Parts: sequence; C-alpha cells; structure tokens
Amino acid sequence: MKKYDRRDFLKLAGLGGVVFASGLTRMAGAADRVAGQGGSYDDFYFVQLSDTHWGFEGPPNPDAKVTLKKAVAAVNGLAEQPDFVVFTGDLTHTTDDPKERRKRMAEFRDIVADLKVKNVHFMPGEHDASLDKGEAYQEFFGKTHYTFDHKGVHFIVLDNVSDPAANIGEAQLQWLAADLAQLPADANIVVFTHRPLFDLYPQWDWATRDGAKAIELLMPYPNVTVFYGHIHQEHHHMTRHIPHHAAKSLIFPLPAPGSQPKRAPLPWDAAHPYKGLGFRSVEAEVKKDEYVITELPVQKG
Amino acid sequence: MNSNIRAAVIAVAFFIGLGAGVAQVAAQPAEPVVKITAKKFDYTPNQITLKKGVPVVLEFTTADVVMGFSVPELGARTDIIPGKVVRLRIVPDKTGTFTFFCDIFCGSGHEDMTGTITVVE
Ligand SMILES: [Cu+2]
Ligand SMILES: [Fe+2]
Repeated sequence: MKKYDRRDFLKLAGLGGVVFASGLTRMAGAADRVAGQGGSYDDFYFVQLSDTHWGFEGPPNPDAKVTLKKAVAAVNGLAEQPDFVVFTGDLTHTTDDPKERRKRMAEFRDIVADLKVKNVHFMPGEHDASLDKGEAYQEFFGKTHYTFDHKGVHFIVLDNVSDPAANIGEAQLQWLAADLAQLPADANIVVFTHRPLFDLYPQWDWATRDGAKAIELLMPYPNVTVFYGHIHQEHHHMTRHIPHHAAKSLIFPLPAPGSQPKRAPLPWDAAHPYKGLGFRSVEAEVKKDEYVITELPVQKG
Repeated sequence: MNSNIRAAVIAVAFFIGLGAGVAQVAAQPAEPVVKITAKKFDYTPNQITLKKGVPVVLEFTTADVVMGFSVPELGARTDIIPGKVVRLRIVPDKTGTFTFFCDIFCGSGHEDMTGTITVVE
C-alpha cells in the first residue's frame, strides 16, 4: 500500500476534516533497527472515539439516543477498516445508582459490539469510574490501565479517573516506570488516557493532579505521543517534544479553555446537528514516528 | 554568620509572602472567617470578595459527600471531609476574579460546582 492512499481516499470521500501532521520528524532509528532484527513495522491506522456519555439526556444533545449508534455506523462505513478502535473514556454518563451505571455499561457494550472491527480498546473516564473507583467499569471492560503492542508501537493506557481526585497514583506510576524501563530508548510509544496529563486549564478540572509525574517518566523517550479525551474538543499541545492530542466528544462539545466564564456545553444547533462532534482516524507512520490525524464527522453535511 | 541568619530570615519571610501563602499556621483570632458549605452540587456562598494582602480563613463543611475546593490561580486547595470543619487560610496576592471548583468527582452535576473569588485592592 502506498503511504498516502488512505488519506487521499478520506479526502476524496469528503470525510476528511483537517489533516494535522503531528509528531516531530525524528530519528527513524528505532523502527529501522526493529526491522533489521527481524521484527517488522508497517503503517497502519486506528480510530479514536471519545466521551460518548451513553445515558446522557438533555438539551445539549436531543439526539443522544442515536448518536453513538450513528458513530458506530460511520466507523463501519470507512472504506478501509482500521486495525483497531480505541474509546478514550466517559463511555457512559455518570449516575449515583450502581444498577443504572451497569445498565448503561451493558448498553454501551452492546452498541459498540456492532463495530466491524473486533480489536477494540477501552478505558474509563471520571463519569464511568470516579464514583465507585472503577468497580463497575472493570466488571464490563477489564483493567483500567494496561499496555498492548501493535506493529512496532507500544501503547500504554493510563487511568487518571478511578481516583475521584484525578490522581494516577504512586502504584500506577511505579507500574509505568517499570514498563518504560524495559523498552529500548527509542521505542515508539503512544499513551492513551482520559484527562490531559498536563495542566491544560485546571480551573475547569482539565488536568491530572499528578500528571506531571507521568510526563516526567515519559520525557526521556524521544518518540512519545499522547491521545486523550475529557475536554470534548480537538486540541493539540506540546510538552517539550511530546505532543498531546485531545479528541472531540460524541455527545456535546465544550467551549475552548477559558473562552467563556463557565464550562457549560455548547448548545445544540438544530440547523447543524452533530456540529462539533466527531471522531478521528490516526494514521501511524511508524518508521517516522508520525501520526497523521484526520477529524471525521458523525454524519456528512 | 550573622548575615547568614538574616538572609535566612528574609528568605523565609519572602517565601511566606509569596503566592496565596496557604499556611498551616493557626489562625489569629482577629482574622476574618468566611464559612462555605458544600453540597451536591454547589457551594454556598459561591461568590466571595476578599481584599488583596489581607489574610482570611475559609471554613468549609460538606452536607453530603467528600468534596474538593480548588482555586488554581491562588494556589489554594483542600479536601472537604464529611463531619469535619476544614480551615484553609489564604492571603490573596493578586487582584482579579478567580474561579474555584470542586476537584473531587461527586456525581452528575459535579461540573457545575463552581464559584468565584474576587480579590480587590
Ligand atoms: Cu471526562
Ligand atoms: Fe466527558
């Protein structure tokens, strides 16, 4: 497959949003060496969906009952299917009732079971996990932090929501340090998490209390990219050489950091339903440690 | 020697004067107290006016679950534990209007738990 085929296709199909080339052009050393050692790397792409808030009801999204289903259909409609799909938290909208929480999780699980791609990774958001320290979440989706490898990229899922105070916590930080320690210095690392690891806008709770400690652990590695959710909008930020990319939500958009006094959802626009919502494809060019992000709408038009 | 000690004393004084100076120091009886009650999902009061440079003790209680109180721009935060009175002494070091919010997730409506501290000259 030629390198830019898929991107061209997405553009031709009128699906493509802004193409944002992230990452710095860095040494291709890691991937070359892996290939040389008999391993293999290969360009691939995955899809990130975030903040589906299943169970939410209210004026910011009068279409909440079908938005997730439409997003699943949109992913299934991609001409070339992604290698995997990742949901970066807030799968469900919070509830005080543990039974209702489990009902929402079961419904969410059943809806996304319709994805054609069966390689799907989950992580919790504070709405899923903060009221019961991730208990219900784990019953349905397993571990809240874990790693997996795919075609030369090491993926690390960090949990900054099971603690209602938004700490990753010492135990998990030690686990992260141990995981990183076994990687080659120039490993291709992608981190998935729910909240921003850096202080994006702490006044709106757009931070992780001990996120700086995770960034510090990642900093010695030249090839790290972070994808997260929580802020319900596209956002790109660098902490030194590490890019952090926030994804849109699939329930309601939130205002740009500090752009209005309150962090209230942007109102539903009946003339442009689903405006500000969407998901993204991320094309991993492993050899260059580059991730090409294409923002995709829930529905065309 | 003497000047070393002096330097240290000045450094300490400077440090205390810095930032909002969240200190563990026991409150002077003369310091004004502002009582704030937290409950799902608001603070009462949620608009507070303070004077720059004047120490104040914020006195928190929660009517239901564990809450947080955080004003990042003034460098102040505390947990609010049920059944306890939690005191937080602050010395606002700049004027302006600063958002405070609950930074311990407490349920549907948690995001609305906000207020402002306005610091005047
Ligand atoms: Cu969130
Ligand atoms: Fe969310």
